[in-house]
Amino acid sequence: MADFQKKLLDIRDLTVQFDTDSGVVHAVNHLNMQLEEGKALGFVGETGAGKTTTALAILQLIQSPPGEITSGEIWFKGQNVREMTEAELRNMRGREIAMIFQDPMTSLNPIMTVEEQIMEMISLHSDLKGSEVRERALEMMRLVGIRPERAKDYPHQFSGGMRQRVGIAIALACKPSLLIADEPTTALDVTIQAQVLELIKDLQKQVKTSMLLITHDLGIVAETCDSVAIMYAGHLVEYADIQHLYGNPLHPYTQGLFNAVPDLESPITEKLAVIQGLPPDPTNLPRGCSFSPRCPYAQAECLEKPCGMREIEPGHFIDCYFPHQYEGGSRA
Amino acid sequence: MLLKKNSMLRLTLVRLRRNHLAMIGLAVVLTLIFVAVFADYIAPFKYSRQHLRETLQAPNAKYLLGTDEFGRDVLSRLIYGARVSLQVGLVAVSISLFVGGSLGAVAGFYGGKLDNLIMRLMDVQLAVPSTLLAIAIAAALGPGLFNLMIAVGISSVPRFARLLRASVLSVKEMEFVEAARAMGASDFRIIVLHILPNCCAPLIVQATLSVANAILSSASLSFIGLGIQPPYPEWGGMLSSARDYLRSSPYLSMFPGIAIVVTIIALNFIGDGLRDALDPKQKR
Repeated sequence: MADFQKKLLDIRDLTVQFDTDSGVVHAVNHLNMQLEEGKALGFVGETGAGKTTTALAILQLIQSPPGEITSGEIWFKGQNVREMTEAELRNMRGREIAMIFQDPMTSLNPIMTVEEQIMEMISLHSDLKGSEVRERALEMMRLVGIRPERAKDYPHQFSGGMRQRVGIAIALACKPSLLIADEPTTALDVTIQAQVLELIKDLQKQVKTSMLLITHDLGIVAETCDSVAIMYAGHLVEYADIQHLYGNPLHPYTQGLFNAVPDLESPITEKLAVIQGLPPDPTNLPRGCSFSPRCPYAQAECLEKPCGMREIEPGHFIDCYFPHQYEGGSRA
Repeated sequence: MLLKKNSMLRLTLVRLRRNHLAMIGLAVVLTLIFVAVFADYIAPFKYSRQHLRETLQAPNAKYLLGTDEFGRDVLSRLIYGARVSLQVGLVAVSISLFVGGSLGAVAGFYGGKLDNLIMRLMDVQLAVPSTLLAIAIAAALGPGLFNLMIAVGISSVPRFARLLRASVLSVKEMEFVEAARAMGASDFRIIVLHILPNCCAPLIVQATLSVANAILSSASLSFIGLGIQPPYPEWGGMLSSARDYLRSSPYLSMFPGIAIVVTIIALNFIGDGLRDALDPKQKR
């Protein structure tokens, strides 16, 4: 790879397993993914597809036991995070890679003021002292739209949307190179979601950080990201930039996801489209393509052996033997 | 300063104030503390001052609670005794809080073999009755104020270890702990700054109730002669020497007994009140 330098994050062949009483859970399987500096990648998949596990693997925060990264390399800024020492990792977390968590109700410490929590991040990763740290924290609060007089309030005195703003302020306080947003709007009211998302998008540009946006909402990705990775049962199934994926989704699972998006123009009597069946048991994945049991186009070959990622058109990767043109029309 | 900063503490105090029993308990304990601190000014006589011509006096105007077999003023001795009891209670509980708390926190946070090792040792200690253990430790170390504190303190270490381990186990799974990790905080920082402060509520309750227990244990040890040595007054010790005069001068054993009972009940009232006040489900 000649353009190795340009890649901020380069995940190669990442496999994560959890050893549980009911068997080995194959959470992430042979995942390959790249993220360039300043870009935003949407990471889409249903609950349990391995999105969060991948994020935690990047930060080397997989609880072990039961979890274990069994293979693969995670290159961040030309360094393999799997070979970093604990001190190097601590230094990287927060300063280089910061994370926004899904539920702002639980991801803030209930007995610390929001100011203290933002200040903690700053004092962990900078040489600023005393009042400078406080000033920086107040600056971050202003940036995310929290009035400074609320600095001494506790998380329970904030609404969900405001708490998530605090989470964003903490994550961006040290101007990280990579921001991982793990379903940042899932726990929020729909009316607040757009605001928070807009804020994340703005600040991402302002702070010039790359972003990994984990979500199961294709609409959010379309608004926010430059490229999309679709994940299913621990496998990446389709990976392309926004235009290609929304204009020409090729994997049957991606197409199923698009079909499941409600259409405002269809008659009210029409039932919502669903993908038949359930995701496979992660302790017992199918031998062939993991989507084959639910795939309307599955052939004998699909049940035999997974196809593996292949490049269908430049920059558009797909894990399928028989890509079908999407019939639902363009989504771009 | 603490009050202004910590809104949870303020809320707790507001709730505590509504609990009459707890407020009575608090009043009693505060009075005791006051009396113990200013014993030199409050007590009518020095605790060791003997009035050999006025031994075994019933309560009267000069000796409000009577005198003992050496003619020492019982009230003065009770007042000085409060000093010992409170000292033993607080220091012993601090010892068990610190030792048991650290052991429990480490066991809960790291889990695995270390957890097993620590908690099985605690189980072994729990299998021995705590009073018996305190007697054994006090006997081994010899009598004396400091040894008494150690003996009483060590005997309630497992209770704190178990309590804190349980709290840490539940708190460490919360998402803000993972958020702190993702922030790049070290284990030590996470335990001290994020986990322990969130385990405080049950600990405060247990500590308050344990002070009562420690006072009782120290009184028992003194009663059997392993605690504070005469002539320094200790409620348990006073009870012990009053035994011989139970028939002729019953008030001699009555007053130390009342002192012990009232103190313990007061502390228990506070402990129960705190438990209710710190219960987040009780949002009135």
